[in-house]
Amino acid sequence: MGDAIRLIEVKEEILSDNIKQADEVRDRLRKTKTMLLNLMSSPGSGKTSLILRTVEGLKGAVKLGVIEADIDSTVDAEKVAAGGVPAIQLRTGGFCHLDATMVTQGIDAMAVDELDLVIVENVGNLVCPAEFDTGAHKNVMILSIPEGDDKPLKYPLMFSICDLLLVNKIDYLPLSDFDMAALKKRVLVLNPRITILEISCKTGAGVERWIDWLKEEVDAFGRDEGGV
Amino acid sequence: MHELPITESILKVVLRHAEGQNVRKVVTIRLQIGRLSDLEDEWIQRYFDYLSEGTIAQGAQLKIERTPVMMRCSACSASYEVEAARIGDLVCPACGEGGGTLLSGREYYIKEMEVQ
Repeated sequence: MGDAIRLIEVKEEILSDNIKQADEVRDRLRKTKTMLLNLMSSPGSGKTSLILRTVEGLKGAVKLGVIEADIDSTVDAEKVAAGGVPAIQLRTGGFCHLDATMVTQGIDAMAVDELDLVIVENVGNLVCPAEFDTGAHKNVMILSIPEGDDKPLKYPLMFSICDLLLVNKIDYLPLSDFDMAALKKRVLVLNPRITILEISCKTGAGVERWIDWLKEEVDAFGRDEGGV
Repeated sequence: MHELPITESILKVVLRHAEGQNVRKVVTIRLQIGRLSDLEDEWIQRYFDYLSEGTIAQGAQLKIERTPVMMRCSACSASYEVEAARIGDLVCPACGEGGGTLLSGREYYIKEMEVQ
């Protein structure tokens, strides 16, 4: 009898622990009126340049903190802290993504109740970060022109979970065969509610619209305590 | 790419559900995983074999059922299946419009397990 095969119904999400932790992060930051933004992209698409532009653009208007997860380097956090913004460097030790537990360590190390916005710079990768909820209220990704307009076909999940897509390095457009219309069509098929902004962190083109988007989102979050 | 943390979670959930059920051995674990995920079945099993060593789940077979990517057209509400690799370039077969909401394809679910 003891060796008969029995069925146990599990009916549980594989990542249930992470989803629970992510919900805790969201609730906790809702109480302190701190919006958490998860920034994702490939390596080299301009996450750090964007954050540096953002530090500058939000100065005096929005109290910002940054959690950096670039693999085993303190260079990025040092650059951000030099702009007068609290920055925490997470040691991800070669991990391919951040999860909600790692983000919790980051916000534990920060005086989040004094902040309006925390930007998490996720590990540079378009695959794994899309699968792990970080506890963010908003997900934003950067795609840079040299990466090509076919990326939504290769990494559909990433494009389908984001609230905003920043197309960076538009200063490269004249040199490239990147088809902006094709990109937008592909992205909108996957995710009709996404906002797409074209920017260049190098020249500053379009950066103002990103800053305005951020300010509006942070304002709306503070007003209704993120009660979405 | 991230089969290892996923496999750790599977093992954790399985062991938690086996607790107090007088389980001597887990034989089969049935998973439902959406086609949008990049997980390789072979690697999940290999990591699982490694991680489960010395537990009651050692030697368990993972049976993975892949859920198709289904979209609902935002223009005409028809639902249709999409090949994951061509997803951004597809249009609704009923009305020819692009764009819609994802109905399935992102699943990450443990359905059931067979135990002794």
